[in-house]
Amino acid sequence: MAVVERIAATRAVTRKRKNRLDRGEGRTAFFFLLPSLIGVTLFLVVPIIASVVLSFTNWKLLGQPQFVGFANYIKLFTADPQFWPVVRNTLFFTFEYLVLNIIISLGLAVWISSLKMGQRWFRVIFFLPTFTPGIAVAIVWMLIFAPGGFFDFVTGSLAIHLPNLLTDQKLAMQAVIIVSLWAGVGYNTVLFNAALDMVPASYMEAARIDGASAWDRFWKIRLPLISPTLFFGTVMTAITSLQVFDQIYVMTRGGPGSATATLGYSIFQKGFQNFQMGYASSIAWVMFAMIMALTAFQFWLQRKWVHYDN
Amino acid sequence: MTTKTKAKANARRTLALDILNHGALALVALLFLFPFFWMVSNAVRSNAEVLAIPVRILPAVFEWDNFAKAWTTLPFGRFFLNSVIISVSVTVITVLVSCLSGYAFARLKFPGRDKLLMAYLATLMVPGIMLIIPLFLIVNKLGMINTFQGVILPVAFGTFGSFLLRQFFLSIPLELEEAARIDGASRLRILISIIIPLSMPAIGLLSLFTFIAQWNNFLWPLIVMTGADNATLPVGLTLFQTQQTTAWNYIMAGATLSMIPGVILAVVLQKLIYNSISLNAGMGGR
Repeated sequence: MAVVERIAATRAVTRKRKNRLDRGEGRTAFFFLLPSLIGVTLFLVVPIIASVVLSFTNWKLLGQPQFVGFANYIKLFTADPQFWPVVRNTLFFTFEYLVLNIIISLGLAVWISSLKMGQRWFRVIFFLPTFTPGIAVAIVWMLIFAPGGFFDFVTGSLAIHLPNLLTDQKLAMQAVIIVSLWAGVGYNTVLFNAALDMVPASYMEAARIDGASAWDRFWKIRLPLISPTLFFGTVMTAITSLQVFDQIYVMTRGGPGSATATLGYSIFQKGFQNFQMGYASSIAWVMFAMIMALTAFQFWLQRKWVHYDN
Repeated sequence: MTTKTKAKANARRTLALDILNHGALALVALLFLFPFFWMVSNAVRSNAEVLAIPVRILPAVFEWDNFAKAWTTLPFGRFFLNSVIISVSVTVITVLVSCLSGYAFARLKFPGRDKLLMAYLATLMVPGIMLIIPLFLIVNKLGMINTFQGVILPVAFGTFGSFLLRQFFLSIPLELEEAARIDGASRLRILISIIIPLSMPAIGLLSLFTFIAQWNNFLWPLIVMTGADNATLPVGLTLFQTQQTTAWNYIMAGATLSMIPGVILAVVLQKLIYNSISLNAGMGGR
């Protein structure tokens, strides 16, 4: 009995000591979190709420904002002649860019992983544009695509008859996509390459011994094994591509006509050139809804193609 | 033919295929690097030569002093400095704030901790471009348009850092700080002298990605820094693009300057970058 009591007593003492140490924790936590909480409230929570409220007003920066209910949204969907082309351009860009990005970066990742030497240097080369300003990249490519510039020189020399990309209604978006791909495939290449590196060599060896062809080994073993990473890359790339802005601002300003005007460019134009803060906010919420819808769709789709080992 | 020579022939064929494989990808990589070459090649020629038709791959006359001219006359030197001030300040604030909040989330008990962490994570889903308009209005209200604090503060409190550092702090054994606590060290003391020194890989990673994101940021400084003198490098590059007589050679020199830090960091820190992305690959979707 005495032993049990002694143990209980020491336990109580340690608990008391721990409690004393823990007591100040709430206050300490408050002070530790304070800078972050102030910043997050002021620059994240308030703006999110303000953005919702703004989208129901007709504020034009000067003067008093007026509450207009759903008028902005109704105008967007039914009256604004620019809105649907902008949505179409955004979806067109996102779809083509996303598909090509994933195919090219997966191809490069597989190719790099097949090398015996210099894997890391190839990774660095394709990754370089990821760390350089998108604006600088777009300006360099603009010079390449300029009328009479390098691109026209190459197509001319190869006797391919193409109109100048940047000034052509149909081809301007292709120019934007080429630039975005050059700037964007590097991250996914490294991501997928890292995933391929994690596939145990013994799996591949076993399949080889069983007589599986290289083609089968890729489609039936490596691809399913890296499919969670492939899914992750696809979701993240889709989210960023719906927001495309920098390349378009530099290369086309949404033109020619409105051939490359996207939602991101529209928000900028309506908000900071026409100062229609309320209207621009409603476009921002349409973009958010599209991002959420596309992400949800991909999560639904993943059940059909993503393999998890647990 | 003996099996030995057959094996030798086989090995030779594999070697030939290997060389071909490396060579082909090297060719692709060279083509991929072409825009970098084109940028530098056009930075060091006269503007007349930039616009010459047909195009010349290499300049007839190399004008290396274009870099010095672009640095002083346009003034890309000033823009470079602005970019450094903004990117470094945002990085320092982000790291300090995230260390404190990350530690609170990892080690301190307080009511509603897990709910707050979930709320922090939820904010990561809000795309940056959506907040541009209200943030601009807030900065305007605070009278900070065209000021450094106006461009720095609104982007320095991202929640990602808190989460990243919390995850890393959790991996540090509790015993290391318990001894210090028994000796009466304060939580701040423990954070500074035990936790932070052990967390340099995570802090380095957070610094790297915050710095690069701000260095490359365009829309936010474009909107807030309305004065030409306060432009960052990316904004400065677009200022001269709209002028009638575009000095393409100087703009290419400016573009080269803007790419130098990122290229150096990508090459020098390739291992850190690969490891961090590989962590993403391991967690992908799980």
